[in-house]
Amino acid sequence: MSKVKGAVDINAERCKGCDLCVVACPCNVLSLQPKEVNNRGYHYAFASDSEACIGCAACATVCPDGCITVYRVMLSDDSR
Amino acid sequence: MNAEDIKKPENIVSAKPRLLNDNNMHYCPGCSHGVVHKLVAEVIEEMGIEHTTIGIAPVGCAVFAYNYVDIDWIEAAHGRAPAVATAVKRLNPDRMVFTYQGDGDLAAIGTAETIHAANRGENIAIIFINNAIYGMTGGQMAPTTLEGMTTSTTPYGRRVDLNGYPLKITEILAQLPGTCYVTRQSVHTPATVKKAKAAIKKAFANSLAGKGTSVVEIVSTCNSGWKMSPAKANEWMVDNMFPAYPPGDLKNI
Repeated sequence: MSKVKGAVDINAERCKGCDLCVVACPCNVLSLQPKEVNNRGYHYAFASDSEACIGCAACATVCPDGCITVYRVMLSDDSR
Repeated sequence: MNAEDIKKPENIVSAKPRLLNDNNMHYCPGCSHGVVHKLVAEVIEEMGIEHTTIGIAPVGCAVFAYNYVDIDWIEAAHGRAPAVATAVKRLNPDRMVFTYQGDGDLAAIGTAETIHAANRGENIAIIFINNAIYGMTGGQMAPTTLEGMTTSTTPYGRRVDLNGYPLKITEILAQLPGTCYVTRQSVHTPATVKKAKAAIKKAFANSLAGKGTSVVEIVSTCNSGWKMSPAKANEWMVDNMFPAYPPGDLKNI
């Protein structure tokens, strides 16, 4: 069990579904929506396996549109 | 602990920079321009120079840069951004002045302005996005197009006997005594994005310190012009662009 836990918030309306965050994620947290589209017609990214996120911010770093907000907390032993 | 408990303002480690506004960028999905815009906004915010920065926008895909980063901008005629930046910096020596240009703007129509501004050692920073193609107009051959590379005007690949050699303008600029910092970076992985950010920060600091011209080339992708997916374009860039345009510092005084 990791000591850090992360979460991502993706601005679905700003996302263009370029897939770069999905490729950059080391823990395979993100996927593109297989069918749903945003109001500009893009298959936007979402956290399909949010439990696996470690808050490394690799996705937000490579995101060309700045759609991703990354959160991270350090977990103490009793809260794990 | 579930995701909603983690999503609190005090736990944010990365978010859209404040200076990158909410306008949707017109760039194609996966375009390197977006990442570099984000880096420019982050660096200006971190240096606290948003009220004393003047950007010069080019002609090309980045022509609308002024719509996305909330600082003062001037739109220059095609290729003339270093000339406009010269005037702005000479009249306002306390301002941080930078140009943001693509390879068609900087290395084709603006070659003279670029070389002479760098040779005069104007205290400006030049951000040069090199994707080896004219992206905005439909993927025509640019001076930086690689040998054998297929574009809409070289459908059988660029031929050296017909079209000449790829122009390595960053190497030319590094030879000039007026430049103080010439580097080549890329933005295809999280690690390279961080290096590129440090390079942009150093270039901006040089402009403020009056050390001379700084040039930051970003080897970029144009996935729609190259007719590839964004992830595939990044791989193609590493395999084909890096041998011709190897990343690293060319000059650092």
